[in-house]
Amino acid sequence: MSETSTAPTLLEMRSITKEFPGVKALSEVNLKVKVAEIHAICGENGAGKSTLMKVLSGVYPYGSYDGDIVYQNEVQQFRDIRASEAAGIVIIHQELALIPELSIMENIFLGNEPTRFGVINWSEARLRSRDLLARVGLTDDPDTPVKEIGVGKQQLVEIAKALNKSVKLLILDEPTAALNENDSQHLLDLLLGLKGKGITSIIISHKLNEIEQIADSITIIRDGKSIETLDVKADGVNEDRIIKGMVGRSLESRFPDHTPDIGEVFFEVKDWTVAHPQVEDRLVCKGSNFFVRRGEIVGFAGLMGAGRTELARSLFGHSYGRFISGTVIKDGKEIRMNTVRQAIDHGLGYVTEDRKSLGLNLLDDIKTTTVAANLKGVSKHNVVNEDREFEVAEDYRKSLRTKTPSVEEGVAKLSGGNQQKVVLAKWMFTDPDLLILDEPTRGIDVGAKYEIYGIIQRLASQGKGVIVISSELPELLGLSDRIYTIFEGSVTGVLNKDDATQENLMKLMTAKRQAA
Amino acid sequence: MNALKKIFGGDTRQFGMIFALVFLIVFFQILTGGITLTPENIINLFNGNSYILILAIGMVLVIIAGHIDLSVGSVAAFVGISVALIVRDWGVPSWVGIVIGLLLGALVGAWQGFWVAYVGIPAFIVTLAGMLLFRGLNQLLGKSNTIPVPGDFQTIGAGYLPEIGPDTGYNNLTLLLGLAAIAAIIWGELRRRKAAQALGADVDEMWVVVTRLVLICGAIAYATYLFATGRPGTSFPVPGIILAVLVLVYGFITSRTVVGRHIYAVGGNKHAAELSGVQAKRIDFLVMMNMSILAGLAGMIFVARSTASGPFDGVGWELDAIAAVFIGGAAVSGGVGTVVGSIVGGLVMALLNNGLQLMSVGADWTQIIKGLVLLVAVAFDVYNKSQGKRSIIGLLLKNFGSKTETKAA
Repeated sequence: MSETSTAPTLLEMRSITKEFPGVKALSEVNLKVKVAEIHAICGENGAGKSTLMKVLSGVYPYGSYDGDIVYQNEVQQFRDIRASEAAGIVIIHQELALIPELSIMENIFLGNEPTRFGVINWSEARLRSRDLLARVGLTDDPDTPVKEIGVGKQQLVEIAKALNKSVKLLILDEPTAALNENDSQHLLDLLLGLKGKGITSIIISHKLNEIEQIADSITIIRDGKSIETLDVKADGVNEDRIIKGMVGRSLESRFPDHTPDIGEVFFEVKDWTVAHPQVEDRLVCKGSNFFVRRGEIVGFAGLMGAGRTELARSLFGHSYGRFISGTVIKDGKEIRMNTVRQAIDHGLGYVTEDRKSLGLNLLDDIKTTTVAANLKGVSKHNVVNEDREFEVAEDYRKSLRTKTPSVEEGVAKLSGGNQQKVVLAKWMFTDPDLLILDEPTRGIDVGAKYEIYGIIQRLASQGKGVIVISSELPELLGLSDRIYTIFEGSVTGVLNKDDATQENLMKLMTAKRQAA
Repeated sequence: MNALKKIFGGDTRQFGMIFALVFLIVFFQILTGGITLTPENIINLFNGNSYILILAIGMVLVIIAGHIDLSVGSVAAFVGISVALIVRDWGVPSWVGIVIGLLLGALVGAWQGFWVAYVGIPAFIVTLAGMLLFRGLNQLLGKSNTIPVPGDFQTIGAGYLPEIGPDTGYNNLTLLLGLAAIAAIIWGELRRRKAAQALGADVDEMWVVVTRLVLICGAIAYATYLFATGRPGTSFPVPGIILAVLVLVYGFITSRTVVGRHIYAVGGNKHAAELSGVQAKRIDFLVMMNMSILAGLAGMIFVARSTASGPFDGVGWELDAIAAVFIGGAAVSGGVGTVVGSIVGGLVMALLNNGLQLMSVGADWTQIIKGLVLLVAVAFDVYNKSQGKRSIIGLLLKNFGSKTETKAA
């Protein structure tokens, strides 16, 4: 730890230990946050970051953990969130806690309404919310329902809500996970602005480039223990240094070695056009053309909302959108896929970006999930052969190295990376020719990412085509043989692996097709 | 306790329900001075509840798929009165009437399934409308009168296995049925064990298997004895046979077939199921249609038992069926539930009804007690799930376990 900074300490968490039945989630964790700094907490999924923040914010009340929270030079004993908020500690969770049907203003003052004789004083609330919105750089009318503004703005409303509680320490859990590049940058700038006004922030994020950009210090947590605290400026911290701390070893390469063996074009989409499911005159895909060769990993780059997921899902059995037109040619023949079943029968697989709400039945166990998209493969005369099901699941558990005591374990208990392996197993068992992976490593920690990349490359080596949709350009650059860019529903360009850079991809992702 | 768990399998929930059932039987047997376990009462219990249990089978599928059906009582009454009229006025044989009744149930189900699956109206609303609609149709068709059914029709609701073969002092067919059930259970258990061994999976030790078989077969043997020694002319009732066949068929469908898997998948996460190629709308349609077919069957059995169809048949059945399903461990949010669990849940309610009646407890108190039992059973479940334990009966089991342990100590 460097001694150059002389700012006083705002918060010190001393040897925090938190146990759940059978698990020690935190063990002797120390965290020291100085006044008016941005302090990042990094660690793999399950390392204990969120648990630590729940201890700090009173979700786990005083007495349910060991150790001391010293805040503003006093040992605190928060009984609940209310107590920590009264002290000026506000946590903004990954899943936003806004009520979509209520207006911006109503949300800002929810639970904290300005009242006179028990009656809400809306004119005062309106005045104050204008001021608060201005402080976070929003110009929207405070009466706008929250559901009508985008996720990026919703995040800002959350911060305005925190400012209204005279926040001194703002905790943000993965604040930019759902935001596009522009909104993320805006949020990060806002945090820097708040820092200038003396507000301290703790930020939990997987996006290491953002942390490198704005954090003053970084505490790394691994397996429930605080490993080290880095001073970003003094220690010259970069992403590789953070990863080394998080995984406990340096990763020579973030991608496994892979020699592509690319065959002929076998899948081609021409003039693919899709209308929005509710707004019919809004096109989410406009005449897109692309093709995939055997054994090829094709990346799709685009900003959030550019139409990548819409393109994939409309192709996959018309599971999204209306008035879908265009042709799909597979192995030289035009094919129609009007239902998901037909798409699967034609050899397509689609792994969704939203694993929990679209990809998994969280009530199921691993073996049921593994065979869910290909029950025919384990059944005879529509009767499921449970022995065969067990064998199949067991094979995939071994070959994908899924970490679980048994394939009869519920999928809800698995970590993100292992859940993704189960989902991959489910689609691999349908034996697809073309597998579309939508954000395959979202919410997955660094070590598991490496394994998922390996699985993707193995599939390609078996002669399958793989489409990878990702918001992380380094991932696309490291994995893909060819990258298409999408902007506002149109394919704006295609670059070969050797020609692609973050800069020229970004240019194509943000601009309309050039005159060429 | 571990030994008990081994004997009854890993599913503590199901074991707990069965434990509760046995507890109730013993409890009432003592309090009623031994009237509970008499052939007459047990036969009565089956006859008087078979239609609710049949509804519970359909209802658990509906609830697993994430819906609900409030119309079953009215549909049962509508099908019942239609069939009674058809048999009386068209002069068709009873069996033809029964087939028509099942088709009518299918038609009603297709109507409701259409609105739920393809128009996308919540099943709660569709079946609330159906509840009014089919009750009204029942009263319109019957002009609010009672329509009698002929004697041979009454077999499906009030018939018994006939007396055949030598006079053994028992009902021979009932004995054979009991023996067949015992043989099937032993054979099935041994076959499963062999298959598991062949796969290299862990198998229970032999003493566990033997104890389990002795307990289950003992219970069946005792029930067989009760059914076979009833008043002359009575034996295992026909509705009981229909119920047993339905339990076997639907138990198999839900646990072992592709359709069964799809029902659980749709209830657990509809979007994920659709993206795995499950035709969710078709599944929704099928479970709603199936429910109304079974409601029609239940209605006909009730009409047969009460020898006539009336304007107030089936009032409140939907609530009994739904209660049975939830006591039997299904989740309101869908995706969870078993046929056997719902049957056991229905039997718990039936036993409560029966036992309280035998003790001459009034309808007022019976309802209060049943309401509380439903609430407490589900509350324990919710509490235990929130504590990360398995369920109700974790608690019952725990108490049971500690008792035996202290006894042993």
